Amino acid sequence: MDRKVYFNNKALPYLLLAPQLAVTAVFFFWPAGQALFMSVLQQDPFGARVVFVGLENFAALIAEPDYLAAMWRTAWFSLAVTLLAMVPALLLAVMADRVARWATFYKTTLIVPYAIAPAVAGVLWLFMFNPAIGSVAWVMKSLGVDWNPTLNGTHAMWLVILASAWKQIAYNFLFFLAGLQSIPRSLLEAASIDGASEARKFWTVVFPLLSPTTFFLLVVNLVYAFFDTFGVVHAVTGGGPAKATEILVYKVYYDGVHALDLGSSSAQSVILMAIVIGLTFVQFRFIERKVHY
Amino acid sequence: MLRSAARQDWLPHAIVWLGIAVTAFPLYLAFVASTLTPQEIAQAPMPVLPGSQGPANYGAALFEGTTMRLSPPVISMMWNSLLMALVITFGKIAVSIVSAYAVVFFRFPGRMFFFWCIFITLMLPVEVRIMPTYEVVSDLKLINTFAGLTVPLIASATATLLFRQFFLTIPDEYVEAAKIDGAGPLRFFRDVVLPLSRTNIAALFVILFIYGWNQYLWPLLMATDKNLDTIVIGIKKMIGTGDALTEWHLVMATTVLAVLPPALVVILMQRWFVKGLVETEK
Amino acid sequence: MAKVEFRGVTKSFGEVKVIHGIDCAIDDGEFIVILGPSGCGKSTLLRIVAGLERATAGQVWIGGACVNDVDAKDRNIAMVFQNYALYPHMSVYDNMAYGLKIRGMAKADIERRVQEAAKMLELTPLLSRKPKQLSGGQRQRVAMGRAVVREPAAFLFDEPLSNLDAKLRVQTRLEIQKLHRRLKTTSLFVTHDQVEAMTLAQRIIVMNAGRVEQIGTPAAVYHRPQTTFVAGFIGAPPMNLLAGELSGDGSRFVTPGGSIALPIAQPALGGRRLILGIRPELLRAGGSALTATVEMVESLGADQHIHLRLGGQELILRTAEATQPEPGSALGLSFAPESVHWFDPQSTQRID
Repeated sequence: MDRKVYFNNKALPYLLLAPQLAVTAVFFFWPAGQALFMSVLQQDPFGARVVFVGLENFAALIAEPDYLAAMWRTAWFSLAVTLLAMVPALLLAVMADRVARWATFYKTTLIVPYAIAPAVAGVLWLFMFNPAIGSVAWVMKSLGVDWNPTLNGTHAMWLVILASAWKQIAYNFLFFLAGLQSIPRSLLEAASIDGASEARKFWTVVFPLLSPTTFFLLVVNLVYAFFDTFGVVHAVTGGGPAKATEILVYKVYYDGVHALDLGSSSAQSVILMAIVIGLTFVQFRFIERKVHY
Repeated sequence: MLRSAARQDWLPHAIVWLGIAVTAFPLYLAFVASTLTPQEIAQAPMPVLPGSQGPANYGAALFEGTTMRLSPPVISMMWNSLLMALVITFGKIAVSIVSAYAVVFFRFPGRMFFFWCIFITLMLPVEVRIMPTYEVVSDLKLINTFAGLTVPLIASATATLLFRQFFLTIPDEYVEAAKIDGAGPLRFFRDVVLPLSRTNIAALFVILFIYGWNQYLWPLLMATDKNLDTIVIGIKKMIGTGDALTEWHLVMATTVLAVLPPALVVILMQRWFVKGLVETEK
Repeated sequence: MAKVEFRGVTKSFGEVKVIHGIDCAIDDGEFIVILGPSGCGKSTLLRIVAGLERATAGQVWIGGACVNDVDAKDRNIAMVFQNYALYPHMSVYDNMAYGLKIRGMAKADIERRVQEAAKMLELTPLLSRKPKQLSGGQRQRVAMGRAVVREPAAFLFDEPLSNLDAKLRVQTRLEIQKLHRRLKTTSLFVTHDQVEAMTLAQRIIVMNAGRVEQIGTPAAVYHRPQTTFVAGFIGAPPMNLLAGELSGDGSRFVTPGGSIALPIAQPALGGRRLILGIRPELLRAGGSALTATVEMVESLGADQHIHLRLGGQELILRTAEATQPEPGSALGLSFAPESVHWFDPQSTQRID
């Protein structure tokens, strides 16, 4: 996609691009290159010796049960967050689309969690579910559930999932609503005239037309679950108890900053990079195709 | 939209209210907790209605920080957050808009190559280059500096892409009329492109302000000096580990304060923000 | 005001040649229309004059100087675009003043020129409005105002009436004529609408597929078209063109659908394959020069257009009489000898 008409200056464009390219080169490419580089090295914690070890770090990672466990954990976590963030959002969007009165108020209120940092969302839920003083925890205890996320790994996982999903519903809601509002009314009216019920109309007309949005959000939510949830984990569980909530992105941080295993952390970074590139590639490939119909 | 039966009118509203309840509940609890004494909070279940400690708690949080001085006064943290968010926002907008202008309105060798370079950074969030970026910043002696907190976050592919998309829709006739009128590229940018980009800039302002205000991993890594703590980091630090007693009334007050500015920005600028967000990603 | 000249102007986009060497000299103060179907290269030609495109070969001269290497802003021309190209965020006044402001003109002078142009185009009450508050016709007048204030050597109009509805088109056409009569600036006007060409032009350049078919006054182009293209493009409905062969003695023109008796024989052209051209309004119902089958009758109030078939070829008769022949019936037609045009089928050129 290019413009037909443009300016002919020779030096000016480079000057305009310079700031962005400079920051990009120094803070993106150089470190990314370093990550690739360090991932094939092994360094002892005191930084005294550096040894080239080829793909050993990667091999070690894949062999390490901890890492594989983290991978599965992350996959399960991402899926849960994505589903819990998308389904309610779609439901809310469909309902919000139907109401004419108070539409702006509804929209504004439902969007607010977008403004909240993942870490803060984590803190809010931590507070609600705190075994000692949390209101929701109290309700659960009265219902006989032995709720304790500080000791129970599954409870901790659920807490983190819920906090992450809660925050993301707002974003998905926005996009679903926009997608719904871009469906031509005439299509739905034609379906009504053809005799379709509301449910049928939704599944045979609305949902298929919403599929580009759905697919797009799927990828965005997965990326969110993979990366942006770092704050939630760090603030709420610190990866615990006993690594029960240590997702991949947290592991990169922990192994690099606390365990000081730079080689492993870099290798993990590289693997994460590959996953992002894969997801982004899929997203843009598919969105491109969407533009054509 | 044609509705089948008027009596089904209440259902959508009911479900939306359910959604609002779920959305608002955690925030409401936080607000309530911020107005109670520590004793009232510790005694589960917590009261559902706000108490009277509001002014005292907020005052303490803002100006004294927590006891044992685990955190600096919240007001200084809010100041840090505000400064960081604003610098990142304006910095990103400025850097991206001129880059997008260069890529769209000119032809020069390497144009598409540079564009792809910028585009690729979408695939490199901080989390993926944590350690090496830290190294680079450290080598440049930017650890624990305000510059180190903000500059690395200023090159945003998202903003550049948004502006590029928008610039591609500017009709050729404007460029041609301007050429005939005698305007060069910089003049055209200032007199025509910039005014036309107002809505996009407004939308990006919201998105980037929230992004900047909510930064977590980067400040966590970068700033060990307590005085540089942003409010989001500050909240986490207030939650003591097991032994130290968390002063939840102060934590919740701080949380409410942390959420207020970005929420206000979203609410007040909702129209542009929604439009801009939906357009960025498409 | 200045002369504008094309000397062998050629334009290619990569491999594709869109203008094949055009030569034309336009007089100072002349209103010339470049007429042709979509894609014939007329807009490209205009843009080459404006400096928005470069000619691949040949030269453009404005006011006695070659401007090939001169930037658009230095050519002292003003352009009126099809889509108006008004800066949406500026008021009418600012839109008109912009070019003058860039050239560093004094505020008082800008004020004077803008007010004068606004008065000329009846824009004075609209000066503080933004383009989106104006109708299409008003916007086009502002676009013209922007050109007028520049007091340029030439006005370039790029299909300015195409985006207006029918009634507005007629009105604005008259405005443009009035403007030219008053300012007498050299004007190049591009359009695909032959009515605009016929009413506005002092001369018309008829273009087709990047080549000039004919340059002439409206009367010349109408009454003596040089090619079948010009014959078929000018006039509404266009000239009837029938292919056939002239008998040896030049008295009958034989087409696959029937033969036409010529009122005056053309022995000089006898035996040749030719194209016969005759304008719809010059055919008469009744008479026996030829007999065609009525297909359809369009009644336009003052005129009827009767569509006929002669074998595989179509023709149209335009008449003011209120006859309504039945579709399917046979109708005899005749014509005066001087109404006939002859063209060579191979070269499409006129034969005199």
